[in-house]
Amino acid sequence: MLQRHPPLADVHTAAGASTTEFGGWEMPVEFDSIRTEHAAVRESVGIFDVSHMSQIEVIGPDSTELTNRLTTNDVTALSPSDAQYACITREDGVILDDTVVYRCADHDGHPAYLFIPNAGHDRQFTDRWIDHRDEWDLDASIENTTDQWAMFAVQGPESSALLAQVVDDSVTALNRFEHTTIDISGFECRIARTGYTGENGFEILCPTQAAETIWNEFDCQPCGLGARDTLRIEMGFLLSGQDFDPDDQPRTPYEASVGFTIDLETEFVGRDALSDQREAETDQQFVGITMLDRGVPREGYTVVDSDGEQIGELTSGTMSPTRNEPIGLGYLDAPRAAPGQSVEIVVRGNRKRAEVTNLPFVSKQS
Amino acid sequence: MDFDVPEGLRYLESHEWAQIDSIKAQIGITDFAQDELGDVVFVELPAVGDKIDAKEAFGVVESIKAVSDLYAPISGEVTAVNEALFNQPELVNDDPFDDGWMLQIAPSDETELDELLSAAEYREQIA
Repeated sequence: MLQRHPPLADVHTAAGASTTEFGGWEMPVEFDSIRTEHAAVRESVGIFDVSHMSQIEVIGPDSTELTNRLTTNDVTALSPSDAQYACITREDGVILDDTVVYRCADHDGHPAYLFIPNAGHDRQFTDRWIDHRDEWDLDASIENTTDQWAMFAVQGPESSALLAQVVDDSVTALNRFEHTTIDISGFECRIARTGYTGENGFEILCPTQAAETIWNEFDCQPCGLGARDTLRIEMGFLLSGQDFDPDDQPRTPYEASVGFTIDLETEFVGRDALSDQREAETDQQFVGITMLDRGVPREGYTVVDSDGEQIGELTSGTMSPTRNEPIGLGYLDAPRAAPGQSVEIVVRGNRKRAEVTNLPFVSKQS
Repeated sequence: MDFDVPEGLRYLESHEWAQIDSIKAQIGITDFAQDELGDVVFVELPAVGDKIDAKEAFGVVESIKAVSDLYAPISGEVTAVNEALFNQPELVNDDPFDDGWMLQIAPSDETELDELLSAAEYREQIA
């Protein structure tokens, strides 16, 4: 498959960014150093190009019902300018992806939504929405608009002050998970108070042709996917395709600690399986771990007990730049998943001591 | 970008260097390698007395984003390990050819030297 590129690929290369393949996109992974970029977001403000995220619009008389039946949360609770985090599950309750659903201003008197699944999932979910619309005989138009938008995340304790300079004070009055459209440098953009870092922050969708103008409006540290990963691991936020994946790491929202995205009062694909699981509880739980011995936890490492019996596996791990200690995320057998439990991580054949740790690793500021 | 490639050292294609005198060889990774890795956060090295073999993995270096094997430029017995790296792995980034050294070994086969790259040859490889 052909590699996809964000609108600012050449701008990032000129700025000295190194790149990596992610979800079929070639994206900046590091501009300066992960530590520098990570510290900017925790201490001041940084900007990420996240144009690889998918954008799909759903508009029409039945757009609410369609989206409600394909995501785990209650879409009917959204007013225009609200957004919500949700999972997209299959019939057995396993997460296909996580997403943010934005309710936009009504379009010709009909409800309109934009939802943002992860990178490289745009065609899959456009097809899923179309197929279910047709199967259920609903009236809604569905359009994959991923290539029409650039998306930037401005994150950090000073993000409100920076936004107030570039846009105006009104956007800093947005509550968490609220969004609005606003003019930036003559282009209509959508701005939401959302993010993936645990810090105060905003995400901005702007037309592709405006990408360079708007990127340059924000005079702050450019950040790559490397820092995006260390920041989200410190918060215990899931990475689609790694902490869950329908093929390689099939997990339900309850196992993955995002049961709060499920509204069992709504009828959605996967609801019945999840209703059963909530009553039965899960065999494994998503946890944080901190290494006590030297070593860095990584995706795929096995977790064992003091007898060497496997009790879980890691799905993410890194050296935490904020805490300066090695941290990981993964799934442990429920009886072993309580914070403070001693476990061991198998690192290149050697067992290293570690401890189950409360999430998030770094307290949330947003 | 310009990377430091000191004259007088010998290099392996996998970006390790060796500084060799009549009795010992000091080993580390190059400026190019540390830049490619990014922030180094962990180094795993053999112990004094262990034997290492030319072109075989002798340890591991981890940055925030990646895990990489370290390859021995030449064979020999480890005579010293830079234990400062265990608490300050960032020395590999800050000073890869000096304070960021990894091992000293007593070389067991001097003919292996001929297979290593000169500074000029290594400079060409990373150009």
